[in-house]
Amino acid sequence: MIIRRLILGLCLVLAWGAAAPAQEIAPVVPKATGTPHPEGNAYMRRWHMQMMRHDRDVTMYQGVRPVDASLNACFECHTVRDDAGTPVTVADERHFCRTCHDFAAVKVDCFDCHRSTPEEYDEPPAHAALSRPPGLLPRSLSDIATMQAYLETVDPEADR
Amino acid sequence: MTCRTPDQAQAPSRRDFLRSGAALATMTLAPGVTLMAFGGSEAEAAADSGKRWGLLIDASRCAPGCSDCVSACKTENGWSGHGDPERDVQWIRKVTLKEKATGREVNLPMMCQHCESPPCVDVCPTGASFKRDDGIVLVDKHICIGCRYCMMACPFKARSFVHEPVTNQKPHAPRGVGTVESCTLCVHRVDAGGIPACVEACTAAGHGAMVFGDLRDPESEISRRLAEFPSAALRPDLDLNPGVRYAEI
Repeated sequence: MIIRRLILGLCLVLAWGAAAPAQEIAPVVPKATGTPHPEGNAYMRRWHMQMMRHDRDVTMYQGVRPVDASLNACFECHTVRDDAGTPVTVADERHFCRTCHDFAAVKVDCFDCHRSTPEEYDEPPAHAALSRPPGLLPRSLSDIATMQAYLETVDPEADR
Repeated sequence: MTCRTPDQAQAPSRRDFLRSGAALATMTLAPGVTLMAFGGSEAEAAADSGKRWGLLIDASRCAPGCSDCVSACKTENGWSGHGDPERDVQWIRKVTLKEKATGREVNLPMMCQHCESPPCVDVCPTGASFKRDDGIVLVDKHICIGCRYCMMACPFKARSFVHEPVTNQKPHAPRGVGTVESCTLCVHRVDAGGIPACVEACTAAGHGAMVFGDLRDPESEISRRLAEFPSAALRPDLDLNPGVRYAEI
């Protein structure tokens, strides 16, 4: 009897384990370092944008630099590192901001101007492509010869 | 009737509480427990309408071929050129002036003149171009739409447009494609009680061609030198009262 119960229990546990990923619809938020926000995660999820928007205006117009909410402060704890231990930029879908924002399909404009990694990290130019306006060619195509070669590949029949 | 939802009403409460430090330095939470709220000293270090930051540039000490100020600015604020002067950003550049009649040449750095009545602020259609209380003229890139009207309005060609996506920005100097930018007088350093990177580099190299200080403080070095020696504002005909002044030009 006890064995039967154990087997039943084991089956239930296995079934739960197998079913769990299918029910998981929330994004997997990367673990942060440092002490948790005293306001709680729910508060931060709801209000982080308002906090940053308020403090950015205070900084820019009134010059108050040591503010509570800043992107730089975010990345002190919310930096996601790849397997090699290198911080990932917003070009990588593992980036802290992108895990939720991709899920919610909300485009983040912050990183058109702000860096998406801690200051000490030397960012590769990879994430530039994300903010490139459509139709703007890379600098390597800016001289006429390269441009013509490029246009040849696009439409060789065109009369130039 | 006010239309605040409970959420909106709740949101600023924590922020207001922390921000209220300037007015209310300490607060008793419970008997024997006192919370010290910081903010009083920060408010003093921030944009202060009692100050007006300015630069005095002594052109006679500005060596031909020297670009220490330009490279210091590039390093500090993380901008660089691609070798295409038509499109490259220039927060500061070296200019050579030649008087045709005599052939006398003068070198000087040109950057945003931080005018008291800035034409760039006048023309900005979105209000992105603004002047801080302490006279520093900046671009709020959050609302800049990149129309470049300010670039046309500026008589000093001090502003640049960012044509290409930028990476690896400095945290204190965000810059991005589609916005206009210019010299910020190293506002992040000034807010921390420091001096602009160009002035620091010029002084460190021993040229001493640039002086930074408060134009409203009669005891500051810049005010004393302006009072004692002749200097000129560029384009005085426009009556812009720039914060950057030049001597020996």
